[in-house]
Amino acid sequence: MGIAVYVLAFGLLLIGVYALVAKKNIVRIIIGIAILGYAVNLLLVLVGYRHGGTPPILADGQTSADLAARSVDPLPQAMVLTSIVIGLSVTALAVALAIRLYDKYGTFDMNDIRNLRG
Amino acid sequence: MTIEFFILMLIIFMIIAALIAVESIDLLSAVIAVGAAGFALSVIDLLAGAPDLAFPQVLVEVITLVLLIRMVMTRRDTSRQTSRDTLRTAVVLLAGSVFLVAVFFAAGGMGMSGGIPPFGQPVMGSAADTGVSTQYLTRCAEDTGAANTVMGILLDYRAYDTLGEATVIFVAILGGYVVLRRVGRKKDAKEVEPS
Repeated sequence: MGIAVYVLAFGLLLIGVYALVAKKNIVRIIIGIAILGYAVNLLLVLVGYRHGGTPPILADGQTSADLAARSVDPLPQAMVLTSIVIGLSVTALAVALAIRLYDKYGTFDMNDIRNLRG
Repeated sequence: MTIEFFILMLIIFMIIAALIAVESIDLLSAVIAVGAAGFALSVIDLLAGAPDLAFPQVLVEVITLVLLIRMVMTRRDTSRQTSRDTLRTAVVLLAGSVFLVAVFFAAGGMGMSGGIPPFGQPVMGSAADTGVSTQYLTRCAEDTGAANTVMGILLDYRAYDTLGEATVIFVAILGGYVVLRRVGRKKDAKEVEPS
């Protein structure tokens, strides 16, 4: 079961790589980047998961040692929180570039954009 | 056990949504399938004890969905459904199988140092409690005064990291503005500029 979770997360990563490499539509390439980001975030969260773990938030009247004994790993979560927001900026910039390309060439297809150069 | 089962089912749902997003003919349905995958990821975060990730994931997902739908809806997709390039597909599948083999080897050494820790037993959960995660958890309340350890790490221990993140967002928004702005794009727009 544990292996299956990791393998499926890597399969999701694989789908993103496939969309990035084999697709010719700019929208699909942006979708591939987004799926890659999802897969990496998912894998990092799963690595930090503990069986029956609580969120790393100190409850009322709880001691820190008790929290450390039963909480999930907070460090991957802090990293992934940064990664989520940066993924949004990457998507926004890619969408801006795609809109500009569409305004200039009238298509999302990379083959047509390559042929229309000049 | 049940939470792990739900996580597994949601990952399978994400894979199906990602396949639909990559392979569907209509671009709008592809974009909506990506949104479904992102919301499933936020539910996984919620189940895996990371509510601090679930809420930003929902927010980011809504913004991404609005951006992509706005891009796709008003523009006609004229791309041809070309036949798949077999060489590139073969390269991708080969790289993927290498990835999977690497995962099997990394996860095969359960509990060994250097491999991926087995699912449900993070590195910090081991007997040696000198790891940085355990130190963060035990000291966060008195060091930073924050009950939420993730926010304590993000905004106090690693505040420069967050500053860099804000810089990246600023530069991305600036880049999008520069790419999309109308002023200065054509020659006849020169009189609009004051200088």
